[in-house]
Amino acid sequence: MQALYAQLLVGLINGSFYALLSLGLAVIFGMLNIINFAHGALYMMGAFVAYFLLSLGGINYWWALLIAPVIVGIFGMILERTMLQWLTGLDHLYGLLLTFGIALIVQGVFQNYFGSSGLPYAIPDQLKGGMNLGFMFLPIYRGWVVVFSLVVCLATWFLIEKTQLGAYLRAATENPTLVRAFGINVPRMITLTYGLGVGLAALAGVLSAPINQVRPLMGADLIIVVFAVVVIGGMGSIMGSIITGFALGVIEGLTKYFYPEASNTVVFVLMVLVLLVKPTGLTGRAA
Amino acid sequence: MKQRFSALLLGVALGFVASGASAQDKTVKIGVLTDNSGLYSDLGGAGSTLAAQMAVEDSGLAAKGWKIDVISADHQNKPDIATTIARQWADVEKVDIFMDVLNSGVALAVNNVVKEKNSILIDTGAATSDLTNAQCSPNTIHWVYDTFMLANSTGQALVKAGGDSWFFLTADYAFGAALERDTTAVVQKAGGKVLGSVKHPLNSSDFSSFLLQAQASKAKIVGLANAGGDTTNSIKQAAEFGIVAGGQKLAGLLLFITDVHSLGLNVAQGLNFTETFYWDLNDGTRAFSKRFSERMKNKAMPSMVQAGVYSGLIHYFKALEAMGGNPHDGAKAVEKMKSMPTDDPLFGQGSIRVDGRKIHPAYLFEVKKPSESKGPWDYYKLVGTVPADQAFRPLSESACPLVKK
Repeated sequence: MQALYAQLLVGLINGSFYALLSLGLAVIFGMLNIINFAHGALYMMGAFVAYFLLSLGGINYWWALLIAPVIVGIFGMILERTMLQWLTGLDHLYGLLLTFGIALIVQGVFQNYFGSSGLPYAIPDQLKGGMNLGFMFLPIYRGWVVVFSLVVCLATWFLIEKTQLGAYLRAATENPTLVRAFGINVPRMITLTYGLGVGLAALAGVLSAPINQVRPLMGADLIIVVFAVVVIGGMGSIMGSIITGFALGVIEGLTKYFYPEASNTVVFVLMVLVLLVKPTGLTGRAA
Repeated sequence: MKQRFSALLLGVALGFVASGASAQDKTVKIGVLTDNSGLYSDLGGAGSTLAAQMAVEDSGLAAKGWKIDVISADHQNKPDIATTIARQWADVEKVDIFMDVLNSGVALAVNNVVKEKNSILIDTGAATSDLTNAQCSPNTIHWVYDTFMLANSTGQALVKAGGDSWFFLTADYAFGAALERDTTAVVQKAGGKVLGSVKHPLNSSDFSSFLLQAQASKAKIVGLANAGGDTTNSIKQAAEFGIVAGGQKLAGLLLFITDVHSLGLNVAQGLNFTETFYWDLNDGTRAFSKRFSERMKNKAMPSMVQAGVYSGLIHYFKALEAMGGNPHDGAKAVEKMKSMPTDDPLFGQGSIRVDGRKIHPAYLFEVKKPSESKGPWDYYKLVGTVPADQAFRPLSESACPLVKK
C-alpha cells in the first residue's frame, strides 16, 4: 500500500510535465489552429538554453526559469512570423507537416553538435536533498516541480479564461475580422500567443533539465505521449489538457507499478478508447 | 550499325567477365551498420564510421592495389529496418563485412542475414552473449565485450565486496534480458541472492517508479541492466531519490565513456564497471585516441565500440593480405581470421575462438572523483584486470554448435 502512494506521487510528477506541455499545445491549437509538432524540440531547446546559461554565462537555475522561456519564446515568435502565419486558413495537415519538419531540423542540428548522450545539469543547491514522507523518499526538487507547474498551469488558465486579454484572444479566434474592426492588432496577438505556448514548452524543458539528461532527443521521446494526452483531453481545451496531463501521469505511474512493460503504451490504449467513445476528447468541443 | 554496336557491347561485357576471373579481385566494401541518430549514436554512430575509415587509411592496403570502400547506414535500433538494409547491402551493394551493429536485438537479426548471405559480421557494439553461444555462426565474430563478460567481471567483483543481494532494472529487450540472466547466474554462483527485477521500456525518460521499487526491495545492489541514455538517466535519478545515500549501491553493468562524460564526474564518481578499452590505458591507446578525437566533431574520445571497429578491421585486413585476394567468401575469411592471432595497439594481443568470440583482457574501472580528474575525458581508475582466458564464457560451457566436444 505504501508503494502505491509513492507511485501515485511519482505519477503526479510526470503528470506535471505532461500538463505543462499539453497546455502549451492546447493554447497554440486553440488560438492558432496549428498542431505544433515542434513542441518537443522547443522543450528540448528550453533545457539546452538553461544548460548554456549555466555553463557559459554562469546564470543559475532560477534565472534560467525566467530567461530560457523568453529566449525560446522569441525563437518561436520568429518561426510564427516567418513561416506559420502563411498557413492561416489552410488544412491542419500543413501546419503539422511544417512544424514536424522544423522539429526534425532543430533536433538534427543539436544532435550534430552535442551528440545523443546529453549534457549534465545539476539540481540547484536550494532544492537538493529530500524528505522522508514515511511511505517514500520525496526529492525536494520533484515536489517543487509539481507545485510550480500547477501554479503555472492555473495562471495560464486564468489568463486565457478570466482576463480581458484572454477574452480578446478567444474572440480573435472566433472571428478575427470583427475583432480587428475594434482596433485590436490580431496578428500580433496571435504571434504573442504562439510565443506563450512555446515559452511554456521551454519552461518545462528547464524544469526537466536537472532530472533528465539535457539531450537533443528528450523532446522527441516525450512529444508523442503529450499528443496522446491532448487528444484524450480534447484539442484546444485549456482546463481539459491540464487535468488530463496530471491524470495520465498518475495512470502511467500505476502501470509502472502493476505491469511495467506496458507503461509506455497505456496512454495510447486510453487514447484509442477515448476516441472510440468520445472522438472530441473528454472535454473537447466539436470541431 | 545496330548489330555492330551490340557486338561491341557483348565484347566489352565478356572482357569484364574475363578480367574479373583472371586477375585477383581486390575490392572490398565495409558496411558500418549502427545507430546514427538515436540513444546509442554517441557510443557507435559517426565515430564507428570514422574508426573504420582510420583503419582503412592505416592499413596501407590501398598502396598494395586494394580498393576499399566504407559505407554507413542508420538502423534506428529497429531489427526490421536493420535486416532490410543488411539484405540490400549484401545483394545490391555487395558489402563484404558488417561492422559495429550495436543493439542486441538488431545484432541477432543481422547475424542471421549475414550467415544466409555468407558475408561477415564483426560485432563490436551488441552485448548479448548469445551471438557466440546458441546463436553462433561461422560468419560472425563478437569483438569487444558481451553480457557474460560484464556479468562475470562486474558481478563477481561486487559480490566479493559484500553485495550479496541484487535487484535489477532491466531494459525490456534482448540485451537487457541477456544481461540480467548472465548476471543472475554469476551472483547466485557466488552465493548471492536476486530479490527481484523490473523491466522498463527501451528509451524511458523517467525511472522514478522503477527506482522506488528497487529501493523498496532493500537489495544491497541495484543492477542496471540497461545502456546508453537509460543508464545515465537511471543513475542521475537514483542520486535524486537517495538510493546511494540510503546505503544501496548502484551497479552500472554496461557503461561507456560517453555515458560517464555526459553524466559528469559529480554524479558518476565511484561507479564500478567493466570495459575492454579505455583511451588512457597505454601509449598505443592514447596515440589512436588522440588522432580519433581530433577528427570527431565534438572532440570525443573513442568508446570501446568504436575502438573495436578499428581493431576488428585491422585484423580483417591482415587476413585479406594473407589470403591475397578474392575476399567475398565470408565464412572462408572468418576461418582465416580465426587461424591468426590478433594484435593491435588498442586491445593488445588476443585470439578469436572457434565460436567467434574474440578474447582479450577485461578491465574493472572506477570513475574518478572530480578532484582526481586532470581534465576532460580523464575519468577512469583501473582497479582490476580479468585475464583474457578468464574474462569470457569458457568453451566447455558453450552451447555453440561450432564447438566440438
